[in-house]
Amino acid sequence: MLELKSVYKTFNPGTVNEKRALNGVSLTLNDGDFVTVIGGNGAGKSTLLNAVAGVWPVDAGSISIGGIDVTRLPEHKRASYIGRVFQDPMMGTAATMQIEENLALAARRGKNRTLRPGIGRGERERYRELLQILGLGLEDRLTVKVGLLSGGQRQALTLLMATLNRPKLLLLDEHTAALDPKTAAKVLETTEKIVQRDHLTTLMITHNMRDAIAHGNRLIMMYEGRIVLDISGEAKQKLTVEDLLEQFTKVSGSDEADDKMLLS
Amino acid sequence: MDFLLTLLRAMPGAVGQGLIWGIMAIGVYITFRILDVADLTVDGSLATGGAVCVLLTVNGCNIWVAVLAAFLAGMLAGLVTGLFHTACGIPAILSGILTQLALYSINLRIMGFGTDAGTKASLAVSVNDFDLLVSSRYIRDVALNNPILLLLVLTAVLIAVLYWFFGTELGSSLRATGSNPSMARAQGINTKFNIVLGLMVSNGLVALSGALLAQYQGSSTIDMGRGAIVIGLAAVIIGEVILGKVFRNFALKLLSAVIGAIIYYVVIQFVLRLGLDTNDLKLLTALVVAVFLAIPYWKGRYFTKSVRKGGQANA
Repeated sequence: MLELKSVYKTFNPGTVNEKRALNGVSLTLNDGDFVTVIGGNGAGKSTLLNAVAGVWPVDAGSISIGGIDVTRLPEHKRASYIGRVFQDPMMGTAATMQIEENLALAARRGKNRTLRPGIGRGERERYRELLQILGLGLEDRLTVKVGLLSGGQRQALTLLMATLNRPKLLLLDEHTAALDPKTAAKVLETTEKIVQRDHLTTLMITHNMRDAIAHGNRLIMMYEGRIVLDISGEAKQKLTVEDLLEQFTKVSGSDEADDKMLLS
Repeated sequence: MDFLLTLLRAMPGAVGQGLIWGIMAIGVYITFRILDVADLTVDGSLATGGAVCVLLTVNGCNIWVAVLAAFLAGMLAGLVTGLFHTACGIPAILSGILTQLALYSINLRIMGFGTDAGTKASLAVSVNDFDLLVSSRYIRDVALNNPILLLLVLTAVLIAVLYWFFGTELGSSLRATGSNPSMARAQGINTKFNIVLGLMVSNGLVALSGALLAQYQGSSTIDMGRGAIVIGLAAVIIGEVILGKVFRNFALKLLSAVIGAIIYYVVIQFVLRLGLDTNDLKLLTALVVAVFLAIPYWKGRYFTKSVRKGGQANA
């Protein structure tokens, strides 16, 4: 479903801030794979997701989604294949627009925006049903401006928007990191529910090792712009946090997994 | 008593001017509030609208066609600014300034079209010789040719069309572009295209306003748009401050920009009658706009209720 072939990306080349963020990443996701991505700060996790989403062009390598080469497609064109949820709850929704307007915008992802009404007849009923899945009572607040919602509510809404049209690929960039533990657990639970229901091919970054182990059928660890660990199937199910820490120590060459976030 | 009488006599003029500038304010609202871009093109495109309209009219063109041409010329100006910004990566404000500066030369050429010199700083169009849509001459007449009547209808039509447009799929995507560009792109919206489109519509309206203004005052001049952006902002902000709490609907928000423009000109008439020098008007306008732009910032910074220590915005 997703195929990356030796993708390279360097930020600020030729300056003192030069940062090789992706160092020849190759990765193939099968249809229905739910892959969790872990790694320390600056390992290239978010860069990987942004490369797939097309936030900027990559330096070298190729990216294809569902057999279509998207390497040269701009962000908004790739969006027809991709659903995204960001770390920052403010980033995934338009605060000054209503809940139903946000959903209607997402429902038209990958389609031509015409001069037909922004929200068609019968759409509201569908949104109401979809919002019920979240269990946040948003189904009765369709015309409320999204800016009035809490971070957790906005993140749940973004998740719904990202999965509205059954994307070929779902990208979750630490989408629960900015939420309080209880809300984070709830959003993650909803994520699991939707991914299972729609059989979505998913790439989920997380700082939480336990979450990385508990969710998905495959786990990859990144370090210095490379994939250093790729575990799936039964081996993934047997994985423990201790195993991961040990692996991390091995690849990073340091005695301790000093990355505090990694331990959280 | 005399003071009140002269003030009262000046009211129709203030309302007429306010309505014309209200169309301009709607244009500014589209860029400043909907797209979240401060577009300085308008100082130039207002005069372009006037120049194109008057040039065509004095050359025997139908007045409605001339006004339409002015609208299209404004859209073209917006296109240039939009391309500077999106295709060349120039910051929006600077893009607008560049276009505005370029338009100064272009406007001189438009008004000087067909003359020996090739440039002209003003072009007169008299309501005696041409069938103008609006003229300040009839501003106090109780008759069908009173410009206020036509301006009211035109404003209503424009607001209705814009209300429809911003409710369509395309219009909604434009609002999303201004509200949150990264969200818009993630939802497959071509934000660059939308910014260009928004700038075109906005400057089209500004040029339309310029075309009406030139007819109203009987000439187009090279500096008729000087400081237009500040007047437009003043209208938008005055409208919001006074009516923002009451007018929630999008059409009413556009209307509040128009009402803001009318209030602006009424206040201007008032201070002029009080003895303020016309030359000091721009200073006063700039100060008023600066203060109103600063108020939301000050409110957020100095007048928020103190939050419990360690308390965070509800996550």
